[in-house]
Amino acid sequence: MHLSPDELILWQHGFFKLNSTIVTTWGLMLVLTCGAKLITRNLASEVNVSNWQSLLEIIVMAIKKQIEDVGTDRPEKYLGFLGTLFLFIAAANLCTIFPGYEPPTGSLSTTAGLAICVFVAVPLFGIEDRGLRGYLKTYLKPTSFMLPFNIIGEISRTLALAIRLFGNMMSGTMILAILLTITPFIFPIVMSVLGLLTGMVQAYIFSILATVYIAAATQIHQDLNP
Amino acid sequence: MLIDWFTVSAQAVNFLVLVWLLKRFLYKPILGAIDKREKRIAAQLAAAEEEKAEAQKERDEFFRKKNELEGQRQALLSKAEEEAEARRLQLLEEARQESDSLRRRRLENLRNEQLSLSREMIRRTRQEVFAIARKALAELAGADLEARMVEVFIHRLRNLSGSEKDRLTSAFKGATRPALVRSTYDLPREKRAAIESTVGEWFAGPVRIRFETAPDQVSGIELAVNGNKVAWSIADYLSSLEKSVAELLEKKAGPGLQAGVDEHGD
Repeated sequence: MHLSPDELILWQHGFFKLNSTIVTTWGLMLVLTCGAKLITRNLASEVNVSNWQSLLEIIVMAIKKQIEDVGTDRPEKYLGFLGTLFLFIAAANLCTIFPGYEPPTGSLSTTAGLAICVFVAVPLFGIEDRGLRGYLKTYLKPTSFMLPFNIIGEISRTLALAIRLFGNMMSGTMILAILLTITPFIFPIVMSVLGLLTGMVQAYIFSILATVYIAAATQIHQDLNP
Repeated sequence: MLIDWFTVSAQAVNFLVLVWLLKRFLYKPILGAIDKREKRIAAQLAAAEEEKAEAQKERDEFFRKKNELEGQRQALLSKAEEEAEARRLQLLEEARQESDSLRRRRLENLRNEQLSLSREMIRRTRQEVFAIARKALAELAGADLEARMVEVFIHRLRNLSGSEKDRLTSAFKGATRPALVRSTYDLPREKRAAIESTVGEWFAGPVRIRFETAPDQVSGIELAVNGNKVAWSIADYLSSLEKSVAELLEKKAGPGLQAGVDEHGD
């Protein structure tokens, strides 16, 4: 029994190693990319489209709508980043229905990697949207005394992102493992279903928080120039 | 240690690669397809809108033409009505004129009939009067009408006024042809002699007189010389009789005639 899939190392050469987290992530990446490629191979621009294309369109448009609802002015721009965030976490969490599967989101390294990506992406989008000076000024709002608190807030929310997702996913897997040893029938299934729900909710929470951070980094700009 | 920094960086890179891959294979094609479809639908809607506008235009055009035709129809109808009315009035006028002329002709005919009737009556009356007078004279005076007529004529000759006598004398003197005595009936020799002697008395000598019988022209005896005349004629009496008869006829026949005219005039 191990706490994180990182601990299951498949291959190691000095600093470089291939653990279960990385390999599972690659598998998920392969599945997502191949699935997308297969479905979008014969895209139709007619009114009548295939069921798979409809499914993908619904997902993509729902994500886009969600980003738009949070308050960003150009959802297409953030769709790649935020949509992938949601799809990856959702896919990673949904695959827990397969026995023996350990979600990469149950590894703090993965959630920390994703949180760091968000941590870096937010100022990048902000600077791109309003320039370096304009973005840095937001740390002095409402007064310059707030600068340290703003910086702390920036770091702590990134930590919270990483820990929240990790904790939820790790605990789900752990609970399931423990329950399997205590009551091997019925109850683990119920918990598994609950785990699926938790996984979806966490995917939603992670990506919606990232959206909110990005929107917040660009929103003042909109307020100033409606 | 829960965090393995190699894994963290590897996962971050993995994530960024996935972002690129999904952008390339998922978002771009899907959004492109949606955009294309939206554009296509928008184009179709625009085309439909255009067709609708075209249809509306054609509909308006159709209604305009229909109204125009209706207007033309009304105009033609009213024109035809006017023409029919004018024709009706013309026909009425013609009928009235025809009826007027018919009435006039009828009146004319009636007048002619009246005239010829009165002439016939005059002629008959004259004959009757002669017949009565002749009979009455023959029965009452013992002499026939001719004798009495001659006597009356001779009496008139003798009692001519001075101016008349002078006029006749001068006429006799200037005459190149003999004087003419015309009578309704043939005069006997002694009556002729009486007339000749009476006229001869004026000149103290014989005169040349020619005797003629003209029953239709003279209703009595007439002496004509060089354009001058002395006559006794029943025509004088007859003319007054004719006048009174004509008046009587006018009075009697007038209302009836008028009624007949009115009846035909309506």
